[in-house]
Amino acid sequence: MELTTVWFCVVAFLFIGYFVLEGFDFGVGMLLPVVAKNDRERRAMINTIGPLWDGNEVWLIVAGASIFAAFPEWYATLFSGFYLPLLLILVALIVRGVAFEYRHQRDDASWKKRWDAAIIFGSFVPALLWGVAFGNIVRGVEIDADKNYVGTVFDLLNPYALLAGLVTLTLFLTHGANFLALKTRGIIHERARTVSLQVGLVAAVLAVVFLVWTSLDHGEAWVWVLSGLAALTFVGGLLAAWARRDGWAFVGTMAAIGFAVTALFVALFPDVMPSTLDPAYSLTTENAASTDKTLGIMSWVALIFVPIVIGYQAWSYWVFRKRISVESIPDTVHA
Amino acid sequence: MEALEIARWQFGITTVYHFFFVPITIGLSFLVAGLELAWVRTRNEKWLRLTKFFGKVFLINFAMGIVTGIVQEFQFGMNWSDYSRFVGDIFGAPLAIEGLLAFFLESTFLGLWIFGWDRLSAGVHNACMWIAAFGTALSAYFILAANSFMQNPVGYTYNADRGRAELESFTDVLTNKVVLITLPHTLFGAFMVAGGLVAAISMWWLIRRRPVDADAFRSSLRLGAVTLLVAGVGTIVTGDIQGKVMTEVQPMKMAAAEALYETEQPAPFSILTIGSLDGHEPFYQLEVPHLLSYLATGDWNAEVQGIDNLQAEYEEEFGPGNYKPYIPVTYWTFRAMITSGALAMMIGLWMLWSTRGGRVPRGDRRWPVWLAVAAPLLPLAANSFGWIFTEMGRQPWLVFGLMRTEDGVSPNVGAGTVLTSLIVFTLLYGALAVVEVKLLLTAIRKGLPEVDPDNETGKQPDDRPMAFAY
Repeated sequence: MELTTVWFCVVAFLFIGYFVLEGFDFGVGMLLPVVAKNDRERRAMINTIGPLWDGNEVWLIVAGASIFAAFPEWYATLFSGFYLPLLLILVALIVRGVAFEYRHQRDDASWKKRWDAAIIFGSFVPALLWGVAFGNIVRGVEIDADKNYVGTVFDLLNPYALLAGLVTLTLFLTHGANFLALKTRGIIHERARTVSLQVGLVAAVLAVVFLVWTSLDHGEAWVWVLSGLAALTFVGGLLAAWARRDGWAFVGTMAAIGFAVTALFVALFPDVMPSTLDPAYSLTTENAASTDKTLGIMSWVALIFVPIVIGYQAWSYWVFRKRISVESIPDTVHA
Repeated sequence: MEALEIARWQFGITTVYHFFFVPITIGLSFLVAGLELAWVRTRNEKWLRLTKFFGKVFLINFAMGIVTGIVQEFQFGMNWSDYSRFVGDIFGAPLAIEGLLAFFLESTFLGLWIFGWDRLSAGVHNACMWIAAFGTALSAYFILAANSFMQNPVGYTYNADRGRAELESFTDVLTNKVVLITLPHTLFGAFMVAGGLVAAISMWWLIRRRPVDADAFRSSLRLGAVTLLVAGVGTIVTGDIQGKVMTEVQPMKMAAAEALYETEQPAPFSILTIGSLDGHEPFYQLEVPHLLSYLATGDWNAEVQGIDNLQAEYEEEFGPGNYKPYIPVTYWTFRAMITSGALAMMIGLWMLWSTRGGRVPRGDRRWPVWLAVAAPLLPLAANSFGWIFTEMGRQPWLVFGLMRTEDGVSPNVGAGTVLTSLIVFTLLYGALAVVEVKLLLTAIRKGLPEVDPDNETGKQPDDRPMAFAY
């Protein structure tokens, strides 16, 4: 396999990791006002993702940096082209990250309320906009001969991309609800399960429409197969949630997100950012890539360190495997 | 204003702001790890209380460091897309490796450290902090390797077809002589800030709140002051070597640091200048003869090239153009860096002196408190001045000798868009600064937490409330 193809797969893998992992902590953040009825319950929810969200977010940082290193032209076109949506995502991630650390620092209801709003906003915006961004990448945007995006921000708000945004939003909500159900006991567990079933149905409908649309556009057999697998695992997850098999429900949404993102990357390949102006202007794994030398060095680094990273991240999930309930939350916040 | 100017301001503002938190994060992670190690080894409760107390200060600060760091990564693509295209083959790899090797370590093991008090044994728990601290230093190395390529491009070839720099030797990039000396200089600078912070907080407690926990705070005061001083000496030594490397690879930067227009032999160092710094005779100048010759080359009598001569040389090499950085900024930030670092060390000495032999400073005076507060602020300022100097001194180059700053900006991003993001970041960063400082002061005023060593470390049964929860 060409090194450029290898790195296309690595980038895809990093984004799958990012959406599978941060997807659930976005979901938990968005569900804060829905599942919790008081501060103690909100604290229990936040603590389910407390030790994990930061490590999850690094998947994005590494995915972004890998695009920079492996496909500089893609990085340059994408980040300068999607300027304002990325700015909004950055603002969301900033206030969200700070909110997790600062919310518990003062025992004051209005202080907490403000940071709760930051967590909710900071989870909604990326959950929606990542879908919009990926929808546009797969659909293609106006890229000129100099590889620059020449459309406006409104061109990015087309029906296909907006639908993609709603799909990621509802998928992450369901994923987050499944994670909560898996990680909690008592009242939060019950409410999370209910939410998973309700939002899950909406997500299923939106996702099927979106994946069929994508498959029709791209027509490759693999896209159909992967889309089908995404739909199957998602429905499987819903059934598991209904049957109170929390672990399998979470695995179901995990797999569904994984398959759906894979389907998008397969649909994209060998382009990394197609141009709607002229196919000759499209960025591909070939014309956007770094040299084989750079890719080769990074392949070794990735080959050695990605398994290590997965190993210790898995260990941290194991350390914090315990279910949390409102009773697990100590009265006094101390840090 | 044009997009270029706004993008430059945005890069400057977001970078300097980001770098308020980075040195504290690097230095404090090691100090907290050390405090916890003292607890694990001695089982003296004061170390555990200090660990938790400074751990909280660390975490409040770390949150800001990490969120402002994401902006840095995104910014290259958003505002400097032509630069990203030009150097991505070389510059991107250290960034990606930084994320893979360092950020994952930091975030995962810090999560384990924060929430793992009752899940992990004391030794493993402490190891988590050491690993996170190691991650911060590793992160510094890779980001500085990337930056050093911009100061002194090595290990590349220019591909004219693609119009970009391509990797020739990754080893050369990672062993760039600039990064080898910049890394220790930056790390020592970070330890000065963190040491000063620990010492200042302890001093404040000793003076204003004594005799509460005087024994513990005296220990941390001396730890912080010693760190500040040792790191200060390290900063001077590495800074001296760095100056010589800089003279070799970026002679214009050294000339700009001194506002030396004519080549001189031997060259004096001016401590301060009253005048325009534009090459005209200054109104007043306080000089130390021979010193610049030594700083630049290690030889008291060596020749140091002046700005005008270098300008002529560069015009010959790169064609017509202005190759001078903005001299007043380089001249004054260089001096401000050295002065604030030196003052911080004097405060460190005074701190050790005033606590010698079991002494505690007198509590009825206010000035020692203010002096203590300067202990972290001065090295923090020195760090910022140092970065402003090193980046402004590189101008007009984005990558020295290869790409000019004006050629790196995103061609398809309008001034209005960049201005929007500049305003958004400035407002957001400003608001967060207020929150952060307030939280820090509150945490400092709360003092050492009470601990119950039996409950805090070691594996606890699953049915009891969490030892740490948000």
